[in-house]
Order: sequence, then structure tokens, then C-alpha cells
Amino acid sequence: MKVLVAVKRVVDYNVKVRVKADQTGVDLANVKMSMNPFCEIAVEEAVRLKEKGIASEIVVVTAGPAQAQEQLRTALALGADRAVLIDTGTAELSSLTTAKLLKAVVDKEQPQLVILGKQAIDSDNNQTGQMLAALTGFAQGTFASKVEQAADGLNVTREIDGGLQTVALKLPAVVTTDLRLNEPRYASLPNIMKAKKKPLETLTPDALGVAVKASYEVVKVEAPAGRQAGIKVKSVAELVEKLKNEAKVI
Amino acid sequence: MAIIVIADHDNANLFGATLNTVAAAQAIGGDIHVLVAGQNAQPVADAAAKLAGVGKVLLADNAAYAHQLPENVAPLVVELAANYSHVLAAASTNGKNFLPRVAALLDVDQISEIIAVESADTFKRPIYAGNAIATVRSTAPVKVITVRATGFDPVAAEGGSAAVEAVSLVKDAGISSFVGEELAKSDRPELGAAKVVVSGGRGLQNGDNFKILYALADKLGAAVGASRAAVDAGFVPNDMQVGQTGKIVAPQLYIAVGISGAIQHLAGMKDSKVIVAINKDEEAPIFQVADYGLVGDLFELIPELEKAI
Repeated sequence: MKVLVAVKRVVDYNVKVRVKADQTGVDLANVKMSMNPFCEIAVEEAVRLKEKGIASEIVVVTAGPAQAQEQLRTALALGADRAVLIDTGTAELSSLTTAKLLKAVVDKEQPQLVILGKQAIDSDNNQTGQMLAALTGFAQGTFASKVEQAADGLNVTREIDGGLQTVALKLPAVVTTDLRLNEPRYASLPNIMKAKKKPLETLTPDALGVAVKASYEVVKVEAPAGRQAGIKVKSVAELVEKLKNEAKVI
Repeated sequence: MAIIVIADHDNANLFGATLNTVAAAQAIGGDIHVLVAGQNAQPVADAAAKLAGVGKVLLADNAAYAHQLPENVAPLVVELAANYSHVLAAASTNGKNFLPRVAALLDVDQISEIIAVESADTFKRPIYAGNAIATVRSTAPVKVITVRATGFDPVAAEGGSAAVEAVSLVKDAGISSFVGEELAKSDRPELGAAKVVVSGGRGLQNGDNFKILYALADKLGAAVGASRAAVDAGFVPNDMQVGQTGKIVAPQLYIAVGISGAIQHLAGMKDSKVIVAINKDEEAPIFQVADYGLVGDLFELIPELEKAI
């Protein structure tokens, strides 16, 4: 089956972001950008499906600025066959707009399976996969920790609040990845070189017939209320005394 | 203005996060209705009817909703949403699963994981793992919102007497089905609702050593959590994970044991009222957010603490 993987370029997870003084957002100037960690897991899962002979072709897609080509090349180096960049310039994309752009690519590519990360570590929305499933009418297996081929489609084991849940999905389907689905590999140098020659197509929202808009506006972005470091106690006895008499929590 | 809150439940019990979600609805203001979509879920509807501030309970009881599959629940909510200005669900794994599907079908953006209500259309939500707080104004004709439970004090579970009305709409997309589930069984309180949480990290060294935390937790009536490092190392299952990618908790007392304090862990617990950190590395970042820090060997200190309480 053909597998489409959607990835997002985000601030690297090791970067401690700072809020801009004018409260319009966080400062991303000269900050290291990477592929969203959950998207790396999505790429890895697609590559493993191909290694098992289940996936026949892996197309990786992103919606973002021209620089998001870097993340597409990373996915190509990890094993994706070709890439699609939906160049949205500097526009901030809502999850719904991203889902509409991806829907247009799904219509074009006709994959049997779409794999996405469950959330991006910048906006922390956790929406795009579910929205894409809604717009395409596909079944969805969110927060996946295991994906298996079944007679009638896929069995997806999901991380839920109380433990694990397994659902059977007919194809085509959308799967979003949780942390324990797999451990992504590193790209080898020869594969990084080879990835430079793999095809990368660039599309625009206009060409896909999708308007970039949002039904919300960000009023301001602030730093969270800080937490002061407290005191170091010297012994268990002192800790218990403080918890009982000062904090009054036990 | 009327608000519909989608109940979080397992057909037998109404989950606590729904009480916080109703509280968020009260902060928005307006008539509050609760939808219970399930199968044989009358006990849940009865519990929802007793919640303070709830005006009406809608019960959609059908095999199609037995496991609240999003492919079936979303079209139900979409059809009901026409009567409401706001659609709210807890930011539980269930709410996160079906509500974006509802939003997309309504052609509106969802506002995820709000922690405060500024007005009927303006909300605060954490972004970048809680390292920034965005104030967001929704211009959507219907506001679709998930609510982070720790941001709102729960409404009273008793005191209301709403009518329960049956909803006969049946939506069965027929593209997904429930196969099974493995739920962790525990006599300890649920992580999200516990007043005291004891969490362990890589410092515990293995899963077996978590038993010293269980003993301490049982003495305190506490839930037990873990850092992502402990989960990744295979010490404990993922449903115990506290952090950006796990559960968000804000108990009265949070005891972090052998946890260094990575940003992504802090995102899940830094709103706790009192934080205690026990770690052998006195430079560990966890001490920068802890009210009380104790430096030393956890394998000596935890049993000692258990005896002292």
C-alpha cells in the first residue's frame, strides 16, 4: 500500500524558548529547527512498514516555509521515497488549514494509510491527524503504540488514559503516533547523500485550492508564572516537619 | 447562549475530568447541557444529572457509541452542535481523540487544552510545553474547546437535579471497531485526580525498585507517576507518565523521586501546590522548581520517609 507521512518543522526539542518582549509570540530568530519528534516516529513507522513489505511507496509531505525542505530531506534520508512541500511561506497555519492542505494531497496521491505525529511540540494542539481523518472520512487510530496489518485493514493499539486500547480500522486510515510506537533510526551518511537526489515537488495552497485562514487570533503570548526554588532540607525529619506544619499538605 | 459538555466516562462511571470541564463551562456562562454517548450508560447520565450547574443531560445510548469511537461520536456531536454556542470536552485521551474530528466537520478551529477563561470567546492555553501561555480569541461561530482539568476546580458532584433526555440519533460509520483493551488495575487513586502524587524517575534504576514508591504512596493515599525517562527505560507502563506527552497533574503535594527535571516533565507537574524533590544530584534542575529539596540516596531516604509519616 502507498503510505503518506506528514511532518512538521518545529523548534528543536532541546531549545528553551523565550517569549518576545512585545508578547506577539516566541522568539524563533536564530533558533535551531528540527523535525517534530512525533513526526520522526511517523517516518520511522512508515519505513518499517516498507521493510516488512506492507508499504510499497512512502511519500512525505509538509506544509510550511521553504526551509521545511530540510525536514523533508531528513525524511528522505530515513527512507521515504519522495517528498511534497506545500510552500506556505511565513504564514502561521492553523491545524484545520494544515488538515485541509493535507486532504488535498491525499486526494491527489490516494494513499491507503496516512501517518502523522500525535502533536507538534510548538503549538501542542494535537488536532491535525483527527481533522484530516474527519475531512477525508477515514478511520483514525490516534496515539498509536502498535500498528499491525489485519485481515480487513489495520489493528492499532492506542495509548489511553487508563492503559491500552486496540481498535480495528478499515483502510484507508489515519494513524497518529505516540512515543512508544518505535525508536527512530539515525540517517546514515550515504543515505543523506542519496536523499539529495530523491524527487521533491513543491505545491502552493492556491494550487491545491485551499485558503490559508483561521477562526481564531492570538491576542498575546506571555511567559508562564515562574516558580521560585524553595529551600533544601537536611533530613527526612525536617522534610516531614515542613510538610506538616509549614505547607500543611500531609 | 448554551454550552454542551461531552462527558468523559466508561459507561459505568462519570470521570472526574468532566467536573472540571463543567466548571470551565460555568466560567464561560450560559445553560450547560451534558451529552453522554455510550451504551448502557444510564448510571453515567444519572451522575451527570446531579452535577452542580448542569441544566440538562442528553443520553445517546446505542451500541454504536459503546466504546466512543470517534468515527461515530463525532457526527453525533456535530448534529447536536447546531443548538450550542460552545462544545466542550475534557482534554483526556478520549476528548483529544474525537473533538478535533468534530471541529473539522464543523469547519472551525479547535482551541486545545484551555487553562483559563477570559471571556466567552477568549481563552488561555499553554504552548511550547508550557513555556509560553497564549491568549487566544476564537472567532468561530461555534467554539470547540478541550479543557485541561488542572486549570479549573471541579464543580460539586452532588446538588443538581437535571432531567435526562434520550437522544435517538444513531451514527455508525462502520469503518472502525473496538477490539479490546488492557486497563491498569490499581487500588490507588487515579493520577489526574489524586491529592498527592509520588513520581519516580531514572534514579529508581529498575521497575522492581518502584515498590518503595508504592509503599510510600500507600501511606500517603497517593497516586504513583513516573518521568518519561523511567517509562522509556521500561521501568513502568506509559499510563504512569507525567509530562508534556503524558498526564498533566496539579496535586496538593508532588514528590519527585530520582527525577532530574527535564522541561517536558516539568510541563506536567509544575502547577502542583507543593513540590518536593529527592535526588542525589544537588544540581538537578528539579530543585529549581521544588519548594522542598532533599539531597541524598533515595534508597535510604524513601523508606525513612515512609516510616516517618
